[in-house]
Amino acid sequence: MADTMELRDIEVWDGNMAASHALRQAQVDVVAAYPITPSTPIVENYANFTANGYVDGEFVMTESEHGAMSCCIGAAAAGGRVATATSSQGFALMVETLYSASGMRLPIVLNVVNRALGAPLNVNGDHSDMYLGRDSGWIQLDAYCPQEAYDMNFIAFRVTEDHDVRLPAIVNQDGFMTSHTAQGVKTLSDEVAYKFVGEYKPMNDMLDLDHPVTHGVQTEEDWHFEHKARQQHALMTIVIPKIEAAFADFEKLTGRKYNIVETYNMEDAEVAVVCMGTSVETAREVAVEMREQHGIKAGVIGIRVFRPWPLQQIAAALKDVKAVGLLDRSSPHGAMGTLYNEVSGALFNTDTKAVLTNYIYGLGGRDLTKAHLTAIFKELKANADAGKPTTPLQQYIGLRGPKLSFF
Amino acid sequence: MSEMKKIKNLKEFSTSADRFEGANLLCPGCAHSIIVREVLNATNDDLILAASTGCLEVCTAVYPYTSWDASWIHIGFENGSSAVAGAEAMYKALKTKGRLKQPDRTPKFVAFGGDGATYDIGFQWISGCFERGHNMMYVCLDNEVYANTGGQRSSSTPIGASATTTPAGRVSYGEKRNKKDMMAIMAAHGAPYVAQVAPNKWKDMVAKIQKGFEAEGPVYINAMSACTTEWKFAPEDTIAISDLATDSLVFPLYEIIDGTKLNITYRPKNIIPVRDYLGAQGRFKHLFTKQNEYLIDEWQARIDKQWDYLQRREEASV
Repeated sequence: MADTMELRDIEVWDGNMAASHALRQAQVDVVAAYPITPSTPIVENYANFTANGYVDGEFVMTESEHGAMSCCIGAAAAGGRVATATSSQGFALMVETLYSASGMRLPIVLNVVNRALGAPLNVNGDHSDMYLGRDSGWIQLDAYCPQEAYDMNFIAFRVTEDHDVRLPAIVNQDGFMTSHTAQGVKTLSDEVAYKFVGEYKPMNDMLDLDHPVTHGVQTEEDWHFEHKARQQHALMTIVIPKIEAAFADFEKLTGRKYNIVETYNMEDAEVAVVCMGTSVETAREVAVEMREQHGIKAGVIGIRVFRPWPLQQIAAALKDVKAVGLLDRSSPHGAMGTLYNEVSGALFNTDTKAVLTNYIYGLGGRDLTKAHLTAIFKELKANADAGKPTTPLQQYIGLRGPKLSFF
Repeated sequence: MSEMKKIKNLKEFSTSADRFEGANLLCPGCAHSIIVREVLNATNDDLILAASTGCLEVCTAVYPYTSWDASWIHIGFENGSSAVAGAEAMYKALKTKGRLKQPDRTPKFVAFGGDGATYDIGFQWISGCFERGHNMMYVCLDNEVYANTGGQRSSSTPIGASATTTPAGRVSYGEKRNKKDMMAIMAAHGAPYVAQVAPNKWKDMVAKIQKGFEAEGPVYINAMSACTTEWKFAPEDTIAISDLATDSLVFPLYEIIDGTKLNITYRPKNIIPVRDYLGAQGRFKHLFTKQNEYLIDEWQARIDKQWDYLQRREEASV
């Protein structure tokens, strides 16, 4: 029996510590992991909990991230609670197995501490890894601060292990900006946290020795399509209501309210930015300043659930806006940014005629400053007034040297 | 407690606990199915199985069918070892936490992989599992070639074999490198038990599998699996070819205990020339030409040297 840890009501934790405590409190049965900056402290903290008797599950320190996720898959199929953490190159190494985990409908919680992908090698935060996983069939939640990194893990366990869902879930947080920045985090007691997550209920578990199961079969053109379609059906119709239900229960328990799409000052907003991660908090501050100092009715939309993509919620949140800036923290490598493309897709068949422009920012941990956001909101206001783009469709923000833009 | 079978004869053995169904898509004459059956039938304990992508996997779990009457998992080409290691970790966790559904039973954890999945692409994962000491058995079905994808060379393909990526041709005698010594590498991990087996020597094999199941920690079994399709012999000759392999000492049968103590477990009464083994297979056909015949002599010298080395190791008890 693992020891209970007494926590203060508010602890000063960085995002990694917050995620580590969530895994400990969920009493995960198997954590199989491999260290990589900036998610390493999650694994180290968890190892410390294990070494001091606060964890009675298995902690498997594998030889690679691919091995880590492979072990997680085997463990999840065996029938118990499973979690791990990674970043960047490690996430990229896992990608093959991410598709296996979701295709095999196995509940696993993966903390991704977002970091750039090389080359050039870079250890700092951007969303390249998050975007790399976007077609992998995993649920993707996004935390903007340590408190949310803590809370989203509990939500993730609740949703991924639901027998109607059985799809693995990623909890994203920004490398360093969230993972290594300590803030006050309101805690749950071990007992309350575990009660919220609930007992693990096995399904098709290999360790039920009286009911052997075959996991990871071969299908070709005869059945592959149906399996993938069934997975998409679950993602598109079941997951969002389940997340909403988990959010509602979590609000009852903690008073902290989360939404599929986080809207801020959107009620009467004329212009808005859409972003993820720590940028959401910066943008909210600037949006207030735009109203108070510049007379621009600015709002902010934070994506809380990146997968499944909340197309209808996005369309509803943006329906009365005249200009939207889509802020992508990943190199689109020969295309428009992902948020630009996906928000365009959400609005295209609606009556909304908002002018959409794309800003690429913060690659490899480059800061997104309030000055950058102020300039963006002013450009959006000009677009709103003109009823058409007054700037190139895609611009690079905070880049050294001459301005870089396309289209 | 672990339950090992008393096996009296081949008939009883081959028809006992049928956890691997004859209904599978493996080639007629494939040694894989014989080996798998011999491994599974060596114990009455419950089994948790994994397979890496390969012939065994694609031929035994094609939706909506399965040939496995024991829990079985496949993820990818390189990670059958890690899949079963993850399941073993979960078993330990649930045992600690008192959540096993059948707490009085002791399942055995076994991963199967071909030589491509073992010697090449899955090597790192296997090494990781062995270093971490999972209580599992890894069985390599060693047919010395990527058979599932049509006969490309692996690092287990021996010198002179013609594979589709090292074909014999006007200026090439085929594969240029000798096979990797996986037995030595796995023994060097300090594994409690490492053994080479062949399906034709079934008593030797069952004894080794049972020893492996009794060992605490990771066990490596290198199983010679004669491949009718890629070695190019008639499907009904699988056991005859296997006899040539073990009796020519190309596949010597031995075990290494605790990483050091080597025992030879089969000494042929009449050692046959390597030439006879090579000559029985289409993949070595091109060696029997004036141009390449020197390679057969080199083969014999290499096998003699290997046998001498194994005997000296055994004698020295190291």
